[in-house]
Amino acid sequence: MKRLVLTIFVLSTLFVTAGFAQNLTVGFTVSKTGALNVDSLEQYRGFELWRDQVNAAGGIKAGGKNYKIQFVSYDDESNTKRVQQLYSRMVLQDNADFLFSPYSSSLTATAAIVTEQYGKIMLTTGAAEGKTYTLGNHYLFQMFTPGAEYLKGTLDALKAKDPKATIALVYEDASFSVAVVNPAKAYAQQLGLNVVFTEAYAPNTTDFSAIIDKVIASKAAVLLGGGHYADGSTLAKQLYEHKVPLKMITLLVAPDSDKWTELGDSAVGVMVPSQWEPQTAFKAQYGLSGADFAKAYTAKYNAPPSYESAGGYACGLVLQRAIEQAGGPDTAKVAAALNATDITTFYGRTKFSTAANEHGLQIGHAMVLAQWQKDKSGLVKQVVWPLAAKSANLVYPIH
Amino acid sequence: MSGIFASMIDGLLIGAVYGLAAMGLSLIWGVMDVINLTHGATIALGMFGMYILFSAFPVNAYLLLIPIIAAGLLLGLLIYWISVHWVIDRPQLASLLSTFAVNMMIIGIGTAIWSTSPYNVNFTLPGITVGAYTFTGNHMAAASAAVIIALALELFLYRTRMGKAIRAVADNREAAELMGVSSTMVLALAFAIGISLAASSGALVSTLFPFTILSGASYQMKSFVVTVLAGLGRPFGALVAGVLLGLLEGAVTPFIAVSWIPLIEFGLFVVVLVLFPRGIFGRATA
Repeated sequence: MKRLVLTIFVLSTLFVTAGFAQNLTVGFTVSKTGALNVDSLEQYRGFELWRDQVNAAGGIKAGGKNYKIQFVSYDDESNTKRVQQLYSRMVLQDNADFLFSPYSSSLTATAAIVTEQYGKIMLTTGAAEGKTYTLGNHYLFQMFTPGAEYLKGTLDALKAKDPKATIALVYEDASFSVAVVNPAKAYAQQLGLNVVFTEAYAPNTTDFSAIIDKVIASKAAVLLGGGHYADGSTLAKQLYEHKVPLKMITLLVAPDSDKWTELGDSAVGVMVPSQWEPQTAFKAQYGLSGADFAKAYTAKYNAPPSYESAGGYACGLVLQRAIEQAGGPDTAKVAAALNATDITTFYGRTKFSTAANEHGLQIGHAMVLAQWQKDKSGLVKQVVWPLAAKSANLVYPIH
Repeated sequence: MSGIFASMIDGLLIGAVYGLAAMGLSLIWGVMDVINLTHGATIALGMFGMYILFSAFPVNAYLLLIPIIAAGLLLGLLIYWISVHWVIDRPQLASLLSTFAVNMMIIGIGTAIWSTSPYNVNFTLPGITVGAYTFTGNHMAAASAAVIIALALELFLYRTRMGKAIRAVADNREAAELMGVSSTMVLALAFAIGISLAASSGALVSTLFPFTILSGASYQMKSFVVTVLAGLGRPFGALVAGVLLGLLEGAVTPFIAVSWIPLIEFGLFVVVLVLFPRGIFGRATA
């Protein structure tokens, strides 16, 4: 009798545990080391905050069950070869149910080959290049506005402020920056703006003297480009040290980081196309508000969130909603729910293309343009474009 | 001022630092017939040495070169006794492999401590503006420091008894030993000076650009080009060749994309190896 009672107790415990708290494994790599370290860490914090909040609330509730989130993640060393090995490992050995992308377009393009091969859903964030979505993928979903849109806001603002300004395009020779700059060049020509200098630099460049001399010789008034944090921050610092008389500087990604303030005077006036800023007050249909996100993030990490952090959190939020809509973690059902997603969260609108030639491409989300400006409290990042979303006027010229 | 002139001045300034980096490689190669593959790693250690010292003592960064040169000498002696002394009379491949092993150890330990994320030495000297172009104070100070260190080495090699001993061992080790020179001590000292030069060049680079523990690799490659250009065994020739390489970079960059520069440098490397196998300055006796 005792044995029977014990058996019933153990079985019922297992049943209850299984019913109320199954685990879902989400895999991804983080660039804990290497050139992408700064941006990747901020993205990771977004993932982490989402996981902690979901689990604290009892997990994702879907189909009458609760699913707690557990992460499996590794350091990809900002290296595509490591990404290939590690995403295979997470699928085959760690049995990840879903995957998030690494940081950056080039690492994500590599990870996507692996996840598609094994039919695993991967939500991508920190990866704006659009080409990957034209390759016939079925389980890849992009959270970031595609690269072609990044510099449109800057060019629109320049057209409004100084349509005769001459432009230099100086950018990292990497898939993301190329995907941003090539359409921007075409858009500048469409607006009648004059691009007088274009040059790509190697991703590990630290000495920009030669390129800066060329920018000065071209008499460009505006510099657009950059790539990621390491090169972008170095370029801004050296432009300042060489006293290049630029009226406007817009760099990709790097100025969005809170670490940008460490550049001191080199940081002032520099703009960044941003996927999200705390000032952009979207009315969330799902999940927490922007103010609550910023508050929770700042409390946890003692630093304000960047758009990489917001993208990371939103990535989790959109996956969470899709699992809820699908009634569980079944890949086909969750993929169908993601295909049907058209939702506004604190991060803005999210909608994925379902067209065969660009499946998974982000088509709902819009960007803003932010500028580092000085006020009484020091350096502050302000939204300056579009005008409807601005928190301060665009400072032009910066020198 | 025209763009090409400004670009050549920039090239000249950074070329002096390339030259200093190559002097260490050239000295060791010329005196000991050892291709020191810890060169890049010790350049990187010089960068982190400057970072650590400047973080602790935020004075003029160029004053901190003195303790870095001293630490470089000690590190050089250590590496010599660990990886070079035991294989110095064996075929060149042995020392190549043993220094490569130490290089990997330094990179591994450095990665564990500092990761491969970029670091900066936040020290800026005021620059000089000529027309639209500004030459940064740090570039000018680094180039000046490189030339001063190179001159000091030249004086040491040609004006001191120990310097003469190093040149004697480089010329003919057996003859030098017969004349009472302790070749072991001389070789250890030459290696230590070479490492110290590499570390000091790394320290200078750290005041110009951000760096990681892996950053020494690109300067090691440039050092090989400069050493081959200069010819072995004449460290001051390496400084001149470094300046020439910098000038070449400065002269061509206005006309081609910067990403083509390595192709030109290594093309030159091959041409010099084929046409001037002893370097453009010939093989001088050290």
